[in-house]
Amino acid sequence: MKTAIATGLTLIATSASAETLTVYAPDYFASEWGPGPAIAEAFAAETGATLEYVTGDLLPRLRLEGDATEADVVIGLATDTMQAARETGLFAPHGVDLSGLTLPVEWTDDTFLPFNWSHTAFVYDTTKLDAAPESFEALRNAPDDLRIVVQDPRASVSGLALGLWIDEVFGDEAEAVWADLADNIVTVTKGWSEAYGMFTEGEADMVLSFTTSPAYHIIAEGDDTKRAAIFPEGHYVMVETAAQVAGTDQPELAQRFMDFVLSPAFQRIIPEGNWSFPAAQAGDLPEGFEQLDLPETALLLTPEEAEARRAAVVAAFEAGLGR
Amino acid sequence: MLPLLAVAWRAEDWGGLRASDWGALRFTLWQAALSAALSVALAVPVARALARRAFPGRGAVVLLLGAPFILPTIVAVLGLVAVFGRSGWLGALGVEADIYGAHGVILAHVFFNMPLAVRLLLQGWSAIPGERLRLAASLGFRARDTFRLLEWPMLRAVAPGVFLVIFLICTTSFAVALALGGGPRSTTVELAIYEAFRFDFDLGRAALLAALQLAIGVAAAILTLRVALPSGFGAGLDRTVPRWDSGGWLRWQDAGAVALALLFLLAPMLAVLAEGALYLHALPASVWWAALRSLLIALVAAVLTAALALPMALAVARGRAWVEVVGTLAVTASPLVLGVGLYVLILPLANPVRLALPVTAAVNVLLSVPSALRALVPAVRDLDAGYGRLSASLGLRGWTWLRLVALPRLRRPLGYAMGLAAALAAGDLGVIALFARPGDATLPLALYQLMGSYRMGEAKAAALILVALSLGLFWLFERGGRARA
Repeated sequence: MKTAIATGLTLIATSASAETLTVYAPDYFASEWGPGPAIAEAFAAETGATLEYVTGDLLPRLRLEGDATEADVVIGLATDTMQAARETGLFAPHGVDLSGLTLPVEWTDDTFLPFNWSHTAFVYDTTKLDAAPESFEALRNAPDDLRIVVQDPRASVSGLALGLWIDEVFGDEAEAVWADLADNIVTVTKGWSEAYGMFTEGEADMVLSFTTSPAYHIIAEGDDTKRAAIFPEGHYVMVETAAQVAGTDQPELAQRFMDFVLSPAFQRIIPEGNWSFPAAQAGDLPEGFEQLDLPETALLLTPEEAEARRAAVVAAFEAGLGR
Repeated sequence: MLPLLAVAWRAEDWGGLRASDWGALRFTLWQAALSAALSVALAVPVARALARRAFPGRGAVVLLLGAPFILPTIVAVLGLVAVFGRSGWLGALGVEADIYGAHGVILAHVFFNMPLAVRLLLQGWSAIPGERLRLAASLGFRARDTFRLLEWPMLRAVAPGVFLVIFLICTTSFAVALALGGGPRSTTVELAIYEAFRFDFDLGRAALLAALQLAIGVAAAILTLRVALPSGFGAGLDRTVPRWDSGGWLRWQDAGAVALALLFLLAPMLAVLAEGALYLHALPASVWWAALRSLLIALVAAVLTAALALPMALAVARGRAWVEVVGTLAVTASPLVLGVGLYVLILPLANPVRLALPVTAAVNVLLSVPSALRALVPAVRDLDAGYGRLSASLGLRGWTWLRLVALPRLRRPLGYAMGLAAALAAGDLGVIALFARPGDATLPLALYQLMGSYRMGEAKAAALILVALSLGLFWLFERGGRARA
């Protein structure tokens, strides 16, 4: 607490008229090991304003607070929860030119501004698995001794992404696919951290994660044994967005932040801060990213579709694995 | 209750429960019952062994037994996986163990709660007055007689309450059930609450489910109160008596029980924490600050728990059984609904985010009170039975009575209750994860952040500090409780 107060005091001391923008963000984003601190620093260098992150479960929290929310800006809402977020009616248009976007999918939304993305993928350890399944169909029919850990679509955004991925690739067969995977799924966890931890502990051969996860191991650990299995059916894309709150008492500063999101100063921090792809290219990607295995086909549902199919996706998961 | 009502009040429409919710209810009930029964049954021989044996390092054993209870779920799960998992130690020994599925959930719950059962039963054993045991010795009791006439009545008085507390703790389980349950078959009510909150934002359903969870607690509490009988020991002078009645092979039985318990409880922790030691140097200052924050929360929670549980225990011992029911039910409250409810309650008054730390302490006090009552109520009953008349005849009342009669007699259970509250609060993630500022991170939150950033090694180091911190606090309070006894 003292450090926070101390930092706060220094920031106040350095610019007498310092303004503060309250940013709601997911826990990983604002933590010391996420991109948040570097982004706050870059924003302060550009505008002299301070970003104050408030962390937690974004959507439930915004719905609880409604118009009384103290957020000026919200960052980290994934596409699959965008529709529910839009329906709160809390957000204002971002007003940012989208021509600089380098997403693998088309983006026209005028409220939610993408700031990073990654493909959902099964990551495996090459020392444990000689050959990863070469397609989703192959994974579905994999022998029982291939062990995977996934996240629960009812509790986590990445788990929901897997549900939507299966739904998008297999359609009506989704429930049967879950049933086929049941023999391979070691367990289902509440969130990404638990699942990835089990994978790195050697408990599973593959884990539901992202195509960019191996970049962490390559760059931070000098370990190139972790790879993403690439499926020709295509990979569901996880895009995270930022949006400004309509009722903010600092509309100008909030707008400056939105303009800042796609700027190189912000986007440069994403690859090694968030271990994902920047939404707008800010020069070359760090060394190590070119080693990543990437799919040719990117899949993404519109937020409306994702929201509309959620109940069916969860039902297929429950029925397929519950047998 | 208030937070639950707050959530219900904020609910916009009441859709009712789904078919899957009833499945979750069934699973919750039977796994909690089985987990609690196994925890208590396995704890009896261990507690008995610890109660009648004096051996070097006994204090350390009793202390270490407390460790799993305060481990963050994720660390415990990784520890169990390291021992029982596919690539775990047992597998290396050629034992084919599958930790995933309902039996994995129960294994984890026993791992978490058996130590608590041991501790609470041990309290019961040490409440058997030494004079009684001396009398039994002079009458030439064998181990069987001692069990039948002294230990069994004590167990009948204490064990149902211990079962209840563990049963209730297991009904609110969720992250463990998910991680080791293997899939949607192991859905608990608490997960259904989380789902209702996280994606559906169906507060009506969340409140209904939380009420259902509370109803389970009420039913269990009523059932247990009917079973529990007062033990009816007289007062004694609190001296431990060397046991005469359990030499020979019983010595081996006791040694075996303690050794097996230690192996079961410590191996998973060693598996995780030993690796953490290698990364201690890599931890940034912020993690140490988080540890300091957790320490403060723990101390505040310990003091508040004592301040709340002591008057409650006095009220219970003097016949107000409903106080005990209320106190015990606190543990059935869904931690998630508790957090959300408090958020709703605080929102109109202040910015809840700035109160994240006090709220974390407060929630942990609520969750610690049931265990504190378990430890305190029998002691207060004995105190009243043994010293009530004497105190009354001397006109000892109020503060003087508390200082001269109650505190010296209750020091041991009180120290235990405070130690437990401190350890639990230090390890709690619950509320702080719902609403916090990054600068307010506690140690468990920092641990999750490290894991969320691929840093497993550092996360294990944070877990190591957390265990050291919690055990250290527990030890200090307990020692304080035993001083001059």
